[in-house]
Amino acid sequence: MDANGAAQPARPAAVELSGATIAFRLAAGTTYTAVENASLTVADGEFVSIVGPTGCGKSTLLNAAAGLLAPSSGRASIFGRVLSGLNRQAGYLFQADALFPWKTALDNVSIGLETAGVAAGEARARALDWLARVGLAAFAARYPHMLSGGQRKRVGLAQVLIRDPKILLMDEPFGPLDAQTRQIMGNLLLDLWSADRKAVLFVTHDLEEAIALSDRVVIMSAGPAARIIGDWRVPLPRPRDIAEVKLERAFHDLHREIWQTLKDEVVKGYAQTGGG
Amino acid sequence: MNRLTLIALQLLVAIISIALWYLLTTIPVSDGKPLFPPFFFSTPADVIERIVKWFAEGTIWRHLWITLLEAMLAFVIGSVGGVLVGFWFARQPRVAAVFDPYVKMVNALPRIVLAPIFTLWFGLGIWSKVALGVTLVFFIVFFNVYQGVKEVSPTVLANARMLGMNERQLMRHVYWPSALSWMFSSLHTSVGFAVVGAVVGEYLGSAAGLGYIILQAEMTFDIAGVFAGMFVLAGFVIVIDGLVTLVERRLLVWRPAAADTRT
Repeated sequence: MDANGAAQPARPAAVELSGATIAFRLAAGTTYTAVENASLTVADGEFVSIVGPTGCGKSTLLNAAAGLLAPSSGRASIFGRVLSGLNRQAGYLFQADALFPWKTALDNVSIGLETAGVAAGEARARALDWLARVGLAAFAARYPHMLSGGQRKRVGLAQVLIRDPKILLMDEPFGPLDAQTRQIMGNLLLDLWSADRKAVLFVTHDLEEAIALSDRVVIMSAGPAARIIGDWRVPLPRPRDIAEVKLERAFHDLHREIWQTLKDEVVKGYAQTGGG
Repeated sequence: MNRLTLIALQLLVAIISIALWYLLTTIPVSDGKPLFPPFFFSTPADVIERIVKWFAEGTIWRHLWITLLEAMLAFVIGSVGGVLVGFWFARQPRVAAVFDPYVKMVNALPRIVLAPIFTLWFGLGIWSKVALGVTLVFFIVFFNVYQGVKEVSPTVLANARMLGMNERQLMRHVYWPSALSWMFSSLHTSVGFAVVGAVVGEYLGSAAGLGYIILQAEMTFDIAGVFAGMFVLAGFVIVIDGLVTLVERRLLVWRPAAADTRT
């Protein structure tokens, strides 16, 4: 199985994980290896999804790219530079609620600019603009608990994108939403993304979502010591509509192909770790 | 239950209680005496008369003001101290670990035993009462702020860092609001304890305040005065609690109201 089908691009990749192993020290003095020897590149402007069974270490990999975790061996490089400390070029959309509950939607969005030294007035104006772009212009004064799950994700998206990060890291951002809202959010994400094509690393356990959104789909085995076990290009044209693209023949063929491997490899992964 | 019915029922409880009190202290049962002798239980009429007299003569205002002043000072000083130390301990786990047994020790101490010492140190004026209130308020605020800073959601914290916040900005936008929200959620308790500190302090030795008038009445077996003092104190606490609720509503607008069981 060719795990790294992508040709090495001439300019440095937006995100490059090479031989990254991430282990946690447990209380008992043992270590738990979450991800083992993972190599992955995301080219500038590329939308890559990581798919794997729940608890396989996908988020761990994302945190390594964000600089929230340091790999115990191997390294993470951002645009050719080895990452140490936080990844300042990345925006991160978390799986759990990460909005500041004590700030209004507007303040939640503008804060990312204010920390960067943008004057409060301008930050507010731009935040209003971003709220409008995610369809929440009328909800600027609401606090997070007054918003629905989908609306909170929209605020989160605006909060991250307003800083115009070169890289967008997303950890099952639409996981807790219902199916219709997920589809709407997926289309919104693609819309916003197509405007300036950031590099995206998108973690999900939903293979359909991954194919519909991405340029490439990367499959991980089950943890512990999860590995990258597959890498597919998605040959679907853009712009895409999430609902429509799922009806296309190429989508089904790719889905079947990946799912076969995903299933097999996951079973194999279980057998390996279970036997060891 | 609509609001009107609720208020009607709440009033009904008061009316029935006062009626019972009236009947038990005035209707003779055996050998011409009521079941509850007015010498020990007073009567509603006497108590109301006393309260009206206090307010009519205006003597009560000075005592109310003194108690209020003591409670406010205790609340402010205790809160500021609690916030500062709570923050410090939460951000410096080593300091917290070193002081932990002593914090527990002092907090376990029934604060009332400190009252004589405070009287000795600060005299019979308001400051010995303020000090007693401070020892009560401080620990409530301290524990809440400590908890609030330590229990900031790790996701919110990671998000704040990814949004480029430095240590100072984290303080201002994450730790501080989180700590304040915990502090405000204990506002009713800490304000209540500030009043308790003031009144208990007055009761143990003072020249003015609600605790003082209750003590004075008690020492002359003036039961109507004791009850009147208690009712004025209760009313005082209800008014303060209402004000706290107003402040809380303003400050914690961002909080879901589900957990609010007060009316």
